[in-house]
Amino acid sequence: MLGNTANGLFWTYRLLERAENMSRLIETGQRIALTRLNSSDKQWLYVMQTAAVSAEYKKYYKKVEKETALDWMLKHPKNNSSILSSITSARQNAKMVRHALTTDVWEAINGSFLDIQNLLKGKIRERDLSIILRTIKQSAALVRGATYGTMLRNEEYDFCRLGTFIERADNTARILDVKYYVLLPSAKAVGTSIDNVQWETILRSDRLRGFRREYGQRGPGDIAKFLF
Amino acid sequence: MKAGTVFDEMWADGSSIRRPYKNIKTWLDGEERNSLKAKRRDANDLFRLTGITFNVYGSEEGEERLIPFDIVPRVITSNEWTKICKGLEQRVRAINAFLYDIYHDQEIVKAGVLPLEMLKNNPAFLLQMMGVNPPGQIYTHISGVDIIRTAENEFYVLEDNVRTPSGVSYMLENRETMLQMFPELFTKNRVQPIQNYPQELLYSLKHTLPETAENKPTVCLLTPGLYNSAYFEHAFLADQMGIELVQGNDLKVVDGFLAMRTTQGHRKVDVVYKRLDDEFLDPLNFNEKSSLGVPGLFDVYRKGRVTIANAPGTGIADDKAMYSFMPEIVQFYSGEFPLLQNVPTWRCAIKDQLNYVLDNIHKLVIKQVHGSGGYGMMIGPTATKKDIANFRRKLIATPQDYIAQPTLSLSTVPIFTNKGFAPRHVDLRPFVQMSPEKINIVPGGLTRVAMSKGSLVVNSSQGGGTKDTWVLEN
Repeated sequence: MLGNTANGLFWTYRLLERAENMSRLIETGQRIALTRLNSSDKQWLYVMQTAAVSAEYKKYYKKVEKETALDWMLKHPKNNSSILSSITSARQNAKMVRHALTTDVWEAINGSFLDIQNLLKGKIRERDLSIILRTIKQSAALVRGATYGTMLRNEEYDFCRLGTFIERADNTARILDVKYYVLLPSAKAVGTSIDNVQWETILRSDRLRGFRREYGQRGPGDIAKFLF
Repeated sequence: MKAGTVFDEMWADGSSIRRPYKNIKTWLDGEERNSLKAKRRDANDLFRLTGITFNVYGSEEGEERLIPFDIVPRVITSNEWTKICKGLEQRVRAINAFLYDIYHDQEIVKAGVLPLEMLKNNPAFLLQMMGVNPPGQIYTHISGVDIIRTAENEFYVLEDNVRTPSGVSYMLENRETMLQMFPELFTKNRVQPIQNYPQELLYSLKHTLPETAENKPTVCLLTPGLYNSAYFEHAFLADQMGIELVQGNDLKVVDGFLAMRTTQGHRKVDVVYKRLDDEFLDPLNFNEKSSLGVPGLFDVYRKGRVTIANAPGTGIADDKAMYSFMPEIVQFYSGEFPLLQNVPTWRCAIKDQLNYVLDNIHKLVIKQVHGSGGYGMMIGPTATKKDIANFRRKLIATPQDYIAQPTLSLSTVPIFTNKGFAPRHVDLRPFVQMSPEKINIVPGGLTRVAMSKGSLVVNSSQGGGTKDTWVLEN
């Protein structure tokens, strides 16, 4: 395979994973915001920090507010890591290496891009968030399914998986990083119920059911182990 | 529909349906307008999903547009097609022989049939190609010969496209779309299949090898990249043929051969199906500013170590001034009368002919010799006074840059509009594949249709659409 093709496949999948991950972070952020009595717009700063997009955000906005944070993470044209930017770049990369992908995979990526681009047009209201996030997750699943179901297990496939897992590892590491250095009110709170609730919410964004089956109802140490 | 002046392929003189379209008419009569509208939407969705979009040069974001697709097929009978094919084969063989000749001994010039001026100072004549022997002596591996019809049995060649003819992906996808949306049509009509085009092209390329090719020859498709308006077709064809899609920086000259940079190291390339202009092929031999090509590729070609399809330098046969010599060219190399007629053409470079053109400018179509895509042309009968004055000035200033032709009434075929069916002008681009072994012509080709009422401009870059083209079995 051409070196450039390997590169294109790697980035297609890495950027798709990035978009999915961002959508899960937003979902988590929303959940924390809605279910905790004393939560504030500041939560959204933590979400953006986890996604490593807060520094750029601060260049354009003075305050952290839910509306602007959401817009930033979903589709702001100046945010290279927004969901819209990621999925647009993913699809662009896929277009370049289309001949290395099966028709099913290409159509899954392109179809998802067209759907998501459409959903993200115009002003996003908070009540629209649910369908947007669900569409993104389903799209990710569709691409994953088409990849699993139709791609040969060869070098091309390996580069696709490489892209997915490097991005996932990167994102998981960030979550852990932010969780302990940012989210918890103080070091004394480690191991308390606040700690656990926060972890639980984060895990929801990742793979909660998997965790419960593996570890049952345990503490942060197990959660960390699971994530690693 | 102006009865008597325009030949409609479905209605002919207006009284009864022509036989090839009888089944189609029955089908259309049985379909509800809303259901057809829904199908048209489905077709557009399918095209978007597959990614058959078209980047328009000069538009702001290089936006992606769909080329309009019309659901009413254009039908050609098996007999009509056989006649067309004979003419195409004769013409393409003659063009290929012509190219060999002008880049070697130039017998046609010595015989006084073609003036030397046509080659001298013509930017499309590549001096670098003098004396070069392409593998298999094939220059025109793929040709797109544009044909128009003006009456039941009157066909004309409008233009020869032998550089990088495009449109084959639309031909294939249109058929695919019709098969998916209206399968019942294909049980009632016996339409010759076209899906083998990519396999046949690959076969053709694999049988036009340089002497240095080994057992399993490597073929690749060279594209200028994502922002080229025909990129979809490049990717599509590479995919269908099972060959690598490469850009200039994926290729390199290594030890005197052309190679691809792969994850397993350098791999020798035997055939390059190039979809970029000659000028950009090799900065060491052509335009030094090009970053789209491969430095030294042409040296490898000159040494006979790689096939380039189509060969560099074929543009000389592509231009509109050379077109006016085609009847003589066909006759010179085949020893026969041309089976396919040329449209009568006036060469403005010649004083008498220029005068005629200036006197009759409002009746004629004026075209730039080195133009393409339907740009830089003027259609007399529909032009404004301002356009005509403009062109008059241009003709007087640089007459050698223009040719003129009578305004021919292209045949029409109905399209499905929001208000029902209406006739629109069409042309036809069959695709001719050539290898030392044989000439292969896929049944039909691309039918381009002018979507606006009365318009004669079918080019997609100016809003033209396409139809599925059927050649019926006997």
